[in-house]
Amino acid sequence: MSILINRNSRVMTQGITGKTGQFHTRMCRDYANGKACFVAGVNPRKPGENFEGIPVYASVKEAKQETGANVSVIYVPPPFAAAAIDEAVEAELDLVICITEGIPVRDMIRTRYKMQGKKTRLIGPNCPGIITPDEIKIGIMPGYIHKKGRIGVVSRSGTLTYEAVAQLMEMGLGQSTCIGIGGDPVNGLKHLDVIQLFNDDDETDAVLMVGEIGGTDEEDCARWVKDHMRKPVVGFIAGVTAPPGKRMGHAGAIISGGKGTAQEKLEVMESCGIRITRNPAEMGKLLKSVL
Amino acid sequence: MKIHEYQAKEILRKYNVITPRGIACFSVDEAVQAAQQLGGDVWAVKAQIYAGGRGKGGGVKVAKSLEEVRQRATEILNMRLITHQTGAEGQIVHRLFIEQGVQIEKEFYIGMVVDRGHQRVCLMASSEGGMEIEKVAAETPEKIHKVLIDPITGLSQQQAEEVVQKIGIPQQSLSSAVTLLQGLYQAFDETDASLLEINPLVLTAEQQVMALDAKINFDENALFRHPEIVALRDLDEEDPIEIEASKHELSYIPLDGNIGCLVNGAGLAMATMDIIKLYGGNPANFLDVGGGATAEKVTEAFKLMLRNPKLQGILVNIFGGIMKCDVIAQGIVAAARDVQLTVPLVVRLEGTNVNLGKKILADSGLKIISANNMADAAQKAVNAAG
Repeated sequence: MSILINRNSRVMTQGITGKTGQFHTRMCRDYANGKACFVAGVNPRKPGENFEGIPVYASVKEAKQETGANVSVIYVPPPFAAAAIDEAVEAELDLVICITEGIPVRDMIRTRYKMQGKKTRLIGPNCPGIITPDEIKIGIMPGYIHKKGRIGVVSRSGTLTYEAVAQLMEMGLGQSTCIGIGGDPVNGLKHLDVIQLFNDDDETDAVLMVGEIGGTDEEDCARWVKDHMRKPVVGFIAGVTAPPGKRMGHAGAIISGGKGTAQEKLEVMESCGIRITRNPAEMGKLLKSVL
Repeated sequence: MKIHEYQAKEILRKYNVITPRGIACFSVDEAVQAAQQLGGDVWAVKAQIYAGGRGKGGGVKVAKSLEEVRQRATEILNMRLITHQTGAEGQIVHRLFIEQGVQIEKEFYIGMVVDRGHQRVCLMASSEGGMEIEKVAAETPEKIHKVLIDPITGLSQQQAEEVVQKIGIPQQSLSSAVTLLQGLYQAFDETDASLLEINPLVLTAEQQVMALDAKINFDENALFRHPEIVALRDLDEEDPIEIEASKHELSYIPLDGNIGCLVNGAGLAMATMDIIKLYGGNPANFLDVGGGATAEKVTEAFKLMLRNPKLQGILVNIFGGIMKCDVIAQGIVAAARDVQLTVPLVVRLEGTNVNLGKKILADSGLKIISANNMADAAQKAVNAAG
């Protein structure tokens, strides 16, 4: 097992006719079992066309009916991306991964509201995606830096996740699944949701949790870990040196009203039994030490 | 994105929010004329800068004659206003707002922000008007009343009434206060605001409920659908380096250290600042060149960092994924030549085509200090910067 996706997932790309959608659909199709996994694309204006043999449908619903796809990945531009998520939720897909950066918060509040009580899970937006190494990759991360193994990785950023994975690899540690949950203030799965999935996953032995300033997701997760987690969790939080009130690249990476500091997060995590490091070069080493 | 108080009030009036009458001015003469035009015998002369805490910093004064308006306006216009939000260097006042005086009976606080945990807009209200809300939250949290707003139906009559009663606005002003609160939420929603603060909301001697101050920040991601708000942008209020950075789609934030960092990805960029500090150095900036950095972008990034007179070293930390290290290396070499680099440059490359990238750097003949990992890079950068 892995979490959320595996070789049996069937994926459609919303925004398959755009440059980004095409580039990454190709990269994902060429990774591991990608050829069998990436089965459809969606563009309401180009039904009947195909992208390198992948058929394009007018709607998510139709793509699902015709191909059995249960997962969608979204590269639609920001003004239309929330509506693309809504469409995938309406079509009752199992999982939607929204890569798009720059979606208005107001749109995401409405989309998340409409998702209440629905079966669909959302990863992102503004995220690198998810990978179960040597099986399937859905997103923009470089596949080759990963290897199948038993460490779960959850993070809010892109390249810092790659850095974490590279450090694990240096320790000889492969990954069960790696998830970038995204850098936006209003998003889908949180650290907590992902940690719960890793806790129940037979193929995950330990979890590396990477966070950053802004919000209280890491603290919420840490409190749950304290009482329920059966596996070791280690963590790093980026932004100890970030000044308050400034948006550090990610829309959600901001210390506001004195809340959401890295210091506070690290303290809560530590008090909940999560081993932490303040050195981003030692994430891999720290994880190895708890096995 | 931020706007001035007078601009915020102009927006709010369209949503039936009552404010004192006022006129924005750019000179002392205009200020006196404005007071004349407004009439009455008491005026507020208010500095218009984005930062909060203007009153405490001496940027808001009451005047009781036209002569006093002239005097106060002369003092405030072009002053360097220092508040807890401006930093030590303060902010020069270029605009004034002259408002009719209001007789205040009681002050309240109203704020709206996005509650990330609940994924809703949260209305916060308090009877403690005029104070810093962070202080109220820390000292007397029971005095802050919070309401989560349904994104589809908006702030309901019942929710608004409850809040109004809880903060102690008298019954006779209830319905006008409810109208005001609902107007505030509608404004927040329709303008894609990220923060809205009325501090203070006042009850006047005539029992009128009024927004005496107003602050609105907007969601940058939504500006594409609000050209009317983008038009309000006051470049005098923004850091010229940040403006320049945004032109090149670079995310740049100046800090007070001496080691510049150029990184791809926000999380890794923060982690790079952190590790510099951890190894005894001080980061000079946050700089995320993003996922699709080109040679031109890297060159612009170098130029931005080099504007900083305190700069004594640069650390480039790139994890190439889709962005290939050889392409980045070419960009670094081109940029280093173009800007005639005078400070030590430490480069750490990892990821796609890393060996090719390292070779390009080594063959360039430039004095580039190559690092093998983040720790090595941070140590070398700290040593090189002295």
